This record gives sequence, structure tokens and C-alpha cells, in this order.
Amino acid sequence: MRVTKPRIVPPGAPRNELGMTRRDYEGGMSTLCAGCGHDSVTAAIVQACFELSLPPQSVAKLSGIGCSSKTTAYFVAGAHGFNGVHGRMPAIAAGASAANRKLRYIGVSGDGDSLSIGLGQLGHAIRRNMNMLYMLENNGVYGLTKGQFSASADMGSRSKKGEKNQNEPIDPVLLALSLGATFVARSFSGDKEQLVPLIKAGLTHRGFGLIDVLSPCVTFNDHEGSTKSYAYVREHQQAAIAADYVEPRREITVSYAEGEAVSVEMHDGSNVLLRKLDRDYDPTDRAKALAYVQERVQRNEYVTGMIYLGEGRSHFHDRHNTPDEPLNSIPYEKLCPGSAGLAGILSGFR
Amino acid sequence: MPERDLTQERLNDFVVKFANVNGTGSASANSLIMKSIFRMGVPVVGKNFFPSNIQGLPTWYEIRVTREGWRARSGRVDLMVAMNAETYARDIAEVAPGGWLLYDSTWPRPSLLSREDVTVLGVPLAQLCGDHFEGARARILMKNVMYAGVLAALLDLDLEIVRELLGESFARKPALADSNMKAIRIGYDYAREHFDCPLPIRIAPMDETRGHVMMDGNTAAALGCVYAGATVGAWYPITPSTSLMDAFRAFCARHRVDPETGRNNYMVIQAEDELAAIGAVIGASWNGARAFTPTSGPGVSLMNEFIGLAYYAEIPAVLFDVQRVGPSTGMPTRTQQCDLLTCAYASHGDTRHVLLFPADPGECFDFAVQAFDLAERLQTPVFVLLDLDIGMNDWMTKDPQWDDDYRPDRGKVITAEMLEGMQRFHRYLDVDGDGIPWRTIPGVGEKGAYFTRGSGHNQLGAYTEDPAEYQLVVDRLRRKFDAAARLVPAAVTEGSGRAELGIVSFGSCDGAVREALAALRRTGVAVDYLRIRAFPFGEEVEEFLRGHEAIFVVEQNRDAQLRALLTLETAVEKRKLRSILHYNGLPMSADCVVDAVVAALAQGEAA
Repeated sequence: MRVTKPRIVPPGAPRNELGMTRRDYEGGMSTLCAGCGHDSVTAAIVQACFELSLPPQSVAKLSGIGCSSKTTAYFVAGAHGFNGVHGRMPAIAAGASAANRKLRYIGVSGDGDSLSIGLGQLGHAIRRNMNMLYMLENNGVYGLTKGQFSASADMGSRSKKGEKNQNEPIDPVLLALSLGATFVARSFSGDKEQLVPLIKAGLTHRGFGLIDVLSPCVTFNDHEGSTKSYAYVREHQQAAIAADYVEPRREITVSYAEGEAVSVEMHDGSNVLLRKLDRDYDPTDRAKALAYVQERVQRNEYVTGMIYLGEGRSHFHDRHNTPDEPLNSIPYEKLCPGSAGLAGILSGFR
Repeated sequence: MPERDLTQERLNDFVVKFANVNGTGSASANSLIMKSIFRMGVPVVGKNFFPSNIQGLPTWYEIRVTREGWRARSGRVDLMVAMNAETYARDIAEVAPGGWLLYDSTWPRPSLLSREDVTVLGVPLAQLCGDHFEGARARILMKNVMYAGVLAALLDLDLEIVRELLGESFARKPALADSNMKAIRIGYDYAREHFDCPLPIRIAPMDETRGHVMMDGNTAAALGCVYAGATVGAWYPITPSTSLMDAFRAFCARHRVDPETGRNNYMVIQAEDELAAIGAVIGASWNGARAFTPTSGPGVSLMNEFIGLAYYAEIPAVLFDVQRVGPSTGMPTRTQQCDLLTCAYASHGDTRHVLLFPADPGECFDFAVQAFDLAERLQTPVFVLLDLDIGMNDWMTKDPQWDDDYRPDRGKVITAEMLEGMQRFHRYLDVDGDGIPWRTIPGVGEKGAYFTRGSGHNQLGAYTEDPAEYQLVVDRLRRKFDAAARLVPAAVTEGSGRAELGIVSFGSCDGAVREALAALRRTGVAVDYLRIRAFPFGEEVEEFLRGHEAIFVVEQNRDAQLRALLTLETAVEKRKLRSILHYNGLPMSADCVVDAVVAALAQGEAA
């Protein structure tokens, strides 16, 4: 059953450049458990799209299967959505992006969808530097099938039933860094201030943007012994890099101490200001980023923020040399060589 | 069939088989000979029997010269070109009585290569190459070209045509054309000097190939994709479908690069596996591009889950299944029609799919175009079922025709203008009563937005677990599928329609069946023939089944899959259908059909 949210706009609600309110970027009512971290992520996506003044129809929402994948129904109702098969959202995104490079693709996935059944597809989406923002709502547990460990569950963490996880976790951030991702971030669903600018930056990035969002499962993974509970994450997250997103037409007014801030220009002229909380951190150096995150993992710390940003690398469409005009709208006359062309082609087969 | 007398001169009616070693460059020599015969106006059939290997294993190529224009293998060998010492024993055994065997007598093998009823022709090819060419590589390659020269003398090929073909092949390297021609000449002269040329089996010019091309089905299907306006191809390489995407890319490189911008008006995605390949096709089609994937049986197995999604969420998709021998990895370089049932009902749950069965490369071209129209008209996956025989062998096929008035049938797509005038849009509502709903392409506008899902949905497009709502949608899907029977290519019939006996077949069996029909007619047996070209079956299939007392179903698999599908999907009585099955991996010949029908008649089983 789907519950449609009433679109009542409170008088005086802020409007964006399109004259739209935040409400206009909402979707159906969530059917996730009350307090689910995923709903906070949804709210952050709504906020980011609102602030960027995206026309809703310019967005396409894609997901696989699982609790996280349901969330594409809960934001930007005016965008087409596609809830595919388990772990295969990147393939759909590849084809969709191939057909129409003008839409902004937001993929929402979970740790089961991305790191177990869909690990291969995630890896290849990163390799291709596909033009999309990929939100990985990471809670270390299988919610819809009631509490099995996922591939991101930490060694030694305990399930609700008391079982101990015996396998090494797959860290999507380390994975993405090693596969050549051009935009890698991590955040926490409860930290909207950090998350919203990251999403905005990710939506502006040309290429594949991964945001790993620790998003506690209130039902199956929010107990003592879990390393993905609200309490644990709050205590162990360590923001290395704070990101602020500055739109192209706004002046960068925030000032940072010399040597502590990096401004990275996105393709459309907007800027991501990265404020270094750790003096040694360089978010534009892949090897250092990898080493830093690894070192922190050893200390049971989640590094959050804009972990790596490499603008200017060729992306999916660059590599295929596709035209600026979406393939789905090229006139048929330009696609068919016609009977005149056929005669020439056939002469090579006699 | 009775042995024919080989002492009689057999103009334009014989088989030459080449036994080679894989990876030695023999393919171009063999194709040179076949094309020369074709250009002399004489119909030919080429069949490649190759191993799943890049270099070193035995491989065979068969050229049937057929003045009557038959399209199947004949099953006999008149001249064996034995270029692989490892297979001499079996190669000489295969030659028909009164036939010939040509081999490289640089290393004589008088005891192994001896049969009283076969004339052995030895040419010291390696020695001649050593005498006339420098370098190990050239000597190996030229040996092939040289036996082509020997054959030119033995079969009376027109050397001018051979020269012309070499000139075209090496248009950018004229020196190579010259050295190849030199090898041809050496072989030719040697044969003229040492043998009684030409042999009784020989070529005499005809005018029966005009308006035809020599093309394989994968190439033709790829050409169809270009003409249909497909812009996205996604695939994972798999034998024997790989050359389809290779051909698509080659055609696109020539015809789809924007002359002004140099940009590609197409995208080929080499996926990480077949799951991703079909996923990308579905994503692209959902987004309004014409998209396709070429694959083979193992790929279809992997694609099953996504195929069910496309069926249920009603997303167009075009799949080319170039069938190879199964089960499992099977024999990747051998042919079969073994994916019929798995494609008809691919994926879990109640699913059924539109299948098209081209019988030759010409139909591969036509059906490729139709597949996109049907997929978009019906908003569902459409399979084009080729097999290795059609897909990878060169067939003499009528020139594909193109109507410049053709425009793609995009089906029921709501445009931005239409949307403006609408109150609301509901994705799965049967507004026209034909079982086909309207769809929107992402980006068209907020009002057209909907949520595509493989989970239970109602006709408005919303998630549902309501029994009635669920059933309403799946019942409509069934109506839509049944309606497809009137849109797909109709079966074709041959014969008076009044015979008691019937043959039903499909796809690449056609050549063998037609030849068998002629042979049976000569012995006074009248048989009507129905060639099925698509699933779901149309009324004409029911009629044919109703109208014949005994029906042979000819197909290339062990389990009689076409017969099974007919019994499941038509009203035919099972006992009326007898199977003629050929499934050893080689293309079938007419004998197999004739023998089975004759045997059944003899036992009084059929009539």
C-alpha cells in the first residue's frame, strides 16, 4: 500500500529558484520503521535537491532491493523511479545514462544490495566512472529478512540474537578508493549538516559519486555490541574533512585558515570547500586518502566527510564519445543509413 | 539416399571439405574459394566446423556447390582438402566413393592415405612454399593460398575473379595481393602440370547469384539493429554471438559517427556479465532508447531474473540468442536449437515471451528490425532466436531490402505535449482495451512520473499486495501476450495444403526440410510444410495442425522442444506429432528428414 502525502505548503515556506518548496521534493510516505536512519537520508536528499533547485523531472531515481531501495519512492515524486532487481541497480543506471545523459541519476542502495549480491556491479560502476550519485545506506544488517549480518558488519560485532560476526567487513570507501572512484565520501544519517552538502556536491560531480552513509537499523542493529548503532557511530565517527557546497553564483565567503581548507571546483563552476580537521589530510591525493582511512579503521574510527575528490577525470560518456544530445532523442534519420547506404554495405558481401 | 554415380561429370553439384589446423590462416583461403564460386554465379553453402580453441586444434570448412540452390549441408564429401596430418585417417574415411583427396605430399603418406575408391592428389605445398617464399610466417600462410590455387585448377575457377578478390582484400597492401596471387599461380600451374584438370566435379559459370549476398546471420542481425535505430547495445562476449556485436560496432563506426562533431550516435557497453548486459538494455529501453543484447544459452540463463522484471514492469528489450549446444557450457562452437523452451518462459513466475525464428540471414535482418518494433509496441522483451549455423556461417541470401519510408514503431509513448492535456497519467491502465498501456519516458515532465517496479503493482502503477489488483494486471499481461500472436511474423506454408502428411519446423532447419520435400516429391510422397516464424503461434499454425493427420516436427534438440511448445500452446492432439530430431551439433542435412519420413511410411506409422 502506498500512502500519498498531502502536499500542503505552509504559508511562508522558503522557495528555491524555481519557486518550489521543500515539500515539492518529497515523495510517498515512508513505510520503514520509525526512527530508521534511511528516512534521515531521504530527508537530506530532499533538502539537497530543493537547495540545488533541480527540476524534479530532471532526476531519475534508481534502486535495487532491500529497505534502502524502498526509499527512492520517498523523495522527489515528480521524478521517474526504478526499483530494479537485487544488486543490479548499477546496470540499469548504465543503460539509462547511456540513453539520456541529461538526467541526474540518484542511486540508492544498501550494504546487502551493494556489497554482497551487487558487489560486482558496484565495482564496475565505479570503474566506468558512471555519471551518477550512489548513496549506500549502510547499516551492517539485512533488515527485510530480519537481522542477518551483511558484508559490512564489523568483525566481532553482535547481532540482535547475540551471534558474533566472524567475517571481515567490506568497507565501501576503501573499495571505491582502490577501484579509482572520483568522488568518495562517508557520512552518518544523523548528521544532516554534513550530509546535505555532500549530496549536493555529489549531484554536481561529473562521474561516479559514492556516499557511504552509516544509517543505523533501529530494529535489528541498534543494540549493545553492534558497531553500526546510533550510539556507537556517534562515538566513533571522526570527521576528517568538512565539506561545504558553494553554488557557482554565490561568492565564497567562508574563510578558512591558510593550509586548512581546499576549494575544489566542480565542472559547473560550483565549489566544494573542504575544511581539513586533520592537518595532514589531503583529500585530492588518492594514496594518502586510502592510507588515512585504513589507519583510522584500525583504530575503529569511521572517517567521515569528503574523503576523496578527483575532478576532471574522464567519465562514462567521455569514454564513449557520445554526443551532448541524449541518444534517446537523436532523430531516426540520423541513425539509419537508408537504402542508399545499404547498397554500399551489401557490395562488401559479394 | 542412393549413392549417385560420381563417374558422371558433376557440374556445379559437389562438396569440397577442408581439413585444417585452427589458427593457421586457412579461413581466408577457404573463403576466397567460396567467394570465387559465388562470383561465378554458382550457388554455394559454406559451413564452418571449428573447435572452441584459438590455435592448434583441428578445424573443418565445407563448401557445397549447389546449382539447384539448396541451402543445407549435403552430408557427403567429394573432395577432401586434407591439410591436417593429425586427422588424415578420419578425413579420408569421409570421402564418398569415387571422390578425391588433396594433401601436402612434401611428407608422403602412401599407406595412411590410400583407398581404392578415392583418388589421392599429392602436391608438395610446403616444399613449393619453401622454394618461393621467405620467412616462416609467410610460408605457413602461403601454403593455404597455394592450395586455393591448386583448387582453382582442379575446379576450373576463373583466375581473374580470384585476382579481383585478392585485390579487394588487400586493397591497402597491394604487395600482399601480388604475393598471394603468386602463390595461387604456383599451385594452379603445378596442378595443371601434374593432374588431369579440371576434375569431373567442376565449376561452370551460371547466373544464379545475382541479387544475393554471402552473409552470416550475426552480421545481418547487427545490420538490422543499425537500421532499426538501436543506439545502445550491451553485451558480455560469448560464442557464438560475439560477432553480432563486433559487426554492430563496425557498422556504427562507418555509419553512426556524426560527420560534424565526430561523436558516436550509439553506445556499446561491454558489461561485466550477462546480468549487467540485460540490465543495461532494460535501463536504456526504459529511458527511451532502442537497446539490445546479443548472447547465447548460458547468457540467457543468467539473464532470467531481469527478463522477468522487464516482462512484469513492461519494458521493451531485444535479445538475440545465438543458440549453441547445451546443456551447461556444452559445445560452444556447435549448433543446436535448444533454448526454445527456456526463452519462451524465461524467468520465475508466470512469464511468457515473444520469440522470432529467422531461417536465414535475410530474415535475421528483417526480424531484427521487427523485434524492436514489437518490443516497443508490446512493451516487453522480444527474443530473436538464431543458432550458430545461421549466426556464424556465410549463407547465400537474397539482398536485404530497405524501405526508406520505414519509421520505428515506438508504441504507446506519451509525449510532453500529450501530457499537458491530461489530467493524470497511470502507467498500467488499459485505456484502449487492447491490453497495452501507455508509458512515459523519464524526463518528460512531473505529471508523467511513475515508479517502475518488479514488485506487485496495481493498474495505476502503485505498489500492491491486494489480490484483485494484482490479478487485474497479470490477466491484462496475458491478454497482451495473446494479442501478440496477430502482430508477429506469420508462419509460412508450402505444398498443396491437402496432403495427409505435414512437416512443421523452424529456423535453420528450413534448408534441410525444403530439400527433403523435393526429394520426397520425387519419390511420390506429398508433404505439406509449415515453417513457424514466431511465438506466440498464430491461427495459421492451429489450422495447419488441424488440417493434417500426421505431422513430423523437425527440430535440432534432443527433447523435441518445438513439439512440446506446440502441445502446450495449441489444441493439437499430442499423438499426431512425430519428432524428427537432429542434435549432434552439426548443421542438419536433408537426409535426416527424408530417412525419417521414409522409415515411418515403410512401417505404416504415419499415413
